[in-house]
Amino acid sequence: MTPTVDRTKRPLPRPTPETQHFWEGTRSGLLLIQRCNACHDSYFPPRPFCPACSGHDVAVEEVSGRGTLYSYLINHTGHPGIASPYSIAVVQLDEGVRMMSNIINCDQTPEALVIDMPVEVVFEVFSDEITLPFFQPVSDGNAS
Amino acid sequence: MSGPTLAVVGAAETTQMGVITDTSELQLHADAAFNALADAGLTIKDIDGFATAGERPTDVAHYLGLEPRWVDGTSVGGCSFMIHVRHAAAAIAAGLCTTVLITHAESGKSRVGKARQAFTSALSGQFERPFGVTGPPTMFGLPVLRHMHDTGLTHEQMANVAVVQREWAGMNPRATFRDPITVEDVLGSRMIAYPFHLLECCLVTDGGGALIVTSADRAKDFPTAPVYVLGHGEGVETPMVSQMENFSSSKAFRIAGGDAFASAEITTADVDHLMVYDAFAHLPLYGLEDLGFCGRGEAGDFVWERNTAPGGSLPMNTNGGGLSYMHSGMYGMYAMQESIRQMRGTAPAQIAGAEVSVSLGVGGMFGAAGCVVFSNVAP
Repeated sequence: MTPTVDRTKRPLPRPTPETQHFWEGTRSGLLLIQRCNACHDSYFPPRPFCPACSGHDVAVEEVSGRGTLYSYLINHTGHPGIASPYSIAVVQLDEGVRMMSNIINCDQTPEALVIDMPVEVVFEVFSDEITLPFFQPVSDGNAS
Repeated sequence: MSGPTLAVVGAAETTQMGVITDTSELQLHADAAFNALADAGLTIKDIDGFATAGERPTDVAHYLGLEPRWVDGTSVGGCSFMIHVRHAAAAIAAGLCTTVLITHAESGKSRVGKARQAFTSALSGQFERPFGVTGPPTMFGLPVLRHMHDTGLTHEQMANVAVVQREWAGMNPRATFRDPITVEDVLGSRMIAYPFHLLECCLVTDGGGALIVTSADRAKDFPTAPVYVLGHGEGVETPMVSQMENFSSSKAFRIAGGDAFASAEITTADVDHLMVYDAFAHLPLYGLEDLGFCGRGEAGDFVWERNTAPGGSLPMNTNGGGLSYMHSGMYGMYAMQESIRQMRGTAPAQIAGAEVSVSLGVGGMFGAAGCVVFSNVAP
């Protein structure tokens, strides 16, 4: 028996003043990552200072949205808002930071989800305020 | 170590373990506490310091009728109790208190009077929960496929961790699961969150445990043989498993373990018995590598070659672990209880001649760690 999945049951982020830019970015179809102007490291999740050097001179930059599948699980225990089984993935962006996401438009199997495979961001609207960044296998077959 | 060394003079688990439907979580704390007091030959009036996690220390202290002059509510997950031991050592050395009670209890299975716990930080609420993490089974194992890819650890080797621990559980009458299992059984059990099968995930049970610690120079006044605390360490990394610095290694393990071994002035060669918190089957492998018993990527072979099994050179998780013994939610207390039994010579699967035991705990996924070095030989 497949339990009913209600898309509205996916818990959505509640942006804070320090993360607002990230969620405004996804709403506009942009993946915005912060970079420290002192040590030049990109970092994630958002905060108004660099976690590596504490520098407060930081920039918000649009990134390519390309990366690789760094690690993942495939959840078989179900979720009220997500069809099971589904991948919970960590994507390493080309700019160096890692973020959790789901790999979509792809079989949710170990055979299809290959560590280090190239992926690209794809945005999905969940509410007026929240658009989540998911990732899918790179469609043109070129490594990022 | 500077200051008077610490000793464990009371240690006990709850009278029952497993599924306890007629007892609230608070009362499980009390049951463990009174069992530990009886073990030490003390009354509640002798306790002047108190630490707990999960429940607030004020709730438990009031329930017990305690009047502590020092409290520690450090609650960073299942390793909190290792960290309490370390903090108690500092508090006693500083003269803030003399005799500290540390309790853990959890109605993890039956959820009778269960305290509300929130491991979700604001950032993980925004940047992890929307992607379908629902609890430890969908979080803790996230790094392991990367670790397998980078080091060659195999699914069979990870499954074998559960197999070996079941061997130990078979020797423990209080263990929840005691029947032998094979690697095929593990890999054939229900998939929870690939690559973790049911038998690679810990139990969910009810129970608790308590410790009483005091300065080592008082330890000979108690009815049981003292177990000395030779060293300890604590560390934190991140509550967001996706943001671990290295998916093949826990920074918190390395900091806590390194400080524990250094303060105890021991090396891995001195360790006769090891407990590594095993909420999931990959954790003992990370612990073996991060403590330095194995090189990076070698722990799967190390366990496969039966080094941690009965008769092996480094008996590990000899109570059966969270995978087979019990796991009420914050398992660190049970790891230390088994270290103390081994040092007292009272463990069901007793390691003959063991003099040094290490307990390593994790908390809030890989968010925190605590490590304690125990010995039955006075420092």
